[in-house]
Amino acid sequence: MFAVEVEKLTKIYGRGDTAVRAIEGATLRVKPGELVAILGPSGSGKTTLLTAVGLINEPTHGKVIIDGVTVADEGWKPGLDLRKIRREKLGFIFQAHNLIPFLTALENVMIALQINGAPQAAAEERATELLRALNLGHRLGNYPSALSGGERQRVAIARALANRPKVILADEPTAALDTENGRNVMALLKTLAVENHSAILVVTHDRRMVEGFDRIFEVHDGRIAGGV
Amino acid sequence: MNLAIRDVSYHRGRFILTSVGLGLLVGVVMSMGGIYRGLVADALSFSRAARADLWIVQQDTNGPFAAVSRIPEDIRYRIAAVPGVLEAAPLSFQTIQIDRRGKPFRFFLVGYDLGSFGGPPEIIAGRPIRRKRYELVAGEGMKLALGERLRLGLHDYTVVGITGKIVSSGGDPAAYVSLPDAQDIQFKSDNDAIRNERRRQAAGRGGAGVPSTHIVNAVVARLAPGADPGEVAARIGRWNHFRAITDEEQGRIITKGMIEKARMQLGLFRVILVVISGVIISLIIYTSTLDKIRTIATLKLIGSPSSLIVGMILQQSLMMGFIAYGIGWTMLLLTYEKFPRRIILEAFDLQVLFAIIMAICVLASFAGIRKALKVEPAEALGG
Repeated sequence: MFAVEVEKLTKIYGRGDTAVRAIEGATLRVKPGELVAILGPSGSGKTTLLTAVGLINEPTHGKVIIDGVTVADEGWKPGLDLRKIRREKLGFIFQAHNLIPFLTALENVMIALQINGAPQAAAEERATELLRALNLGHRLGNYPSALSGGERQRVAIARALANRPKVILADEPTAALDTENGRNVMALLKTLAVENHSAILVVTHDRRMVEGFDRIFEVHDGRIAGGV
Repeated sequence: MNLAIRDVSYHRGRFILTSVGLGLLVGVVMSMGGIYRGLVADALSFSRAARADLWIVQQDTNGPFAAVSRIPEDIRYRIAAVPGVLEAAPLSFQTIQIDRRGKPFRFFLVGYDLGSFGGPPEIIAGRPIRRKRYELVAGEGMKLALGERLRLGLHDYTVVGITGKIVSSGGDPAAYVSLPDAQDIQFKSDNDAIRNERRRQAAGRGGAGVPSTHIVNAVVARLAPGADPGEVAARIGRWNHFRAITDEEQGRIITKGMIEKARMQLGLFRVILVVISGVIISLIIYTSTLDKIRTIATLKLIGSPSSLIVGMILQQSLMMGFIAYGIGWTMLLLTYEKFPRRIILEAFDLQVLFAIIMAICVLASFAGIRKALKVEPAEALGG
């Protein structure tokens, strides 16, 4: 079974003469434990593809299946709790880490677990374990403002992994980092994909960062080039 | 984990400063309620201290506090003879302003019959007036010392006792002297004035003789047990030239007539300040929500339910109102005795204001909540 299946996905913004086809007929399948890059210049439609898979941008046409559950088929499937699917099956990593500034590193990871119903003690234990695994054991009580860029992104990765998601979606995760930190983050994602058996989709415009990825898709003018 | 508390704790400097500002505003709203209660208590303090059942005043007036009333002193004997009246006492009132230590010194002077009631309700220092002439019992608010002498009219008066915080309906502290002293101070002319009056009479321009000083402003009566104040007042009212006002009616005349406009004015200010507080809380919560748009978008993206976000905003708004209320209350408790007018804080008023502040906080958070609910999870993406 695939972790992510996208079939003939099309997203059109606007109507009539002003309609813009941001993504057209995209099809891709990602297996658990696979690290996949979606490359493309700015405005190519790669983030639109990511948001459709991330259940935050309704596709106009096509089908999206996450961990065997059809979430979109010519629009969202009625009766589905998209927020629940997002918190249980998906993890997000952002370009600007998006840590909550008034929570410590530990609390930033715990919040994802508590939103998913984990009790305080269990959430604290899991968050501590994750942050220690990412070499942030000494930064548990620090606020994001006291962390370096690389440390913040590792906290964000820990938060994305907290609920053991089937799919991790990363939007330009290295854009705010220097080359060395960027490479470290990509290496970390690769390790995690294997260890956690999660499918990881990374959207980036920086070709240098995707060395060693299992597969690379290129998006140009809303169309995916490359194999399924 | 409580996000509202975490956010407030992280931005505590900003939150405390905002709450202090709001607290001062809430304190002003509270003090206005207290000032109103104080106005009522002050206005009624003298009439309550007299412990009279009936006030007999000049006919067709609302005297002696709301209008000028002058009646002959000896009417007390006729009042005392009315069935149902236990005792009657004459009272004289005047507001006096003198210069003391280079500053205007204003007080409310009460003249009472030493052998009857209507005098100082209690003596907290010194003694009551024992001599018929030139002794004075000062209200605590006058800040006079025992043995101090005051020049009033043609004579010096010695402070022999201090009574409690009795004030006039205008808030001036009250002092007590014997009735003859009060009548002298109010009506007795000095030698020059008497000579002038005699010359005027000799020239055929004046009235007959020197006017009598045996005038009082009211006669107060206490009724026998079981006597109906309305019935006795009606009986006295049937006489010419006098009006009998029950103590309850007197209270109404004072509160409804004399301080009604002040009440409305204070009420209007309170409403305006409460609305301003609401607008300020609303703006603070709204701008604080705008600061958190990306955080809210991220929370939505990672699957947070709307209730968590709504709860965070609502709790912050309520916390702000609660802390502001506490600050306002504390500020008022520390300062109310220093206000020039009496401030009375009643538990009921404070509870109602608390409920109003909390309701305003809930309403004020709506704009922020509406904005937060409109935030799309996609806003978390991008640089």
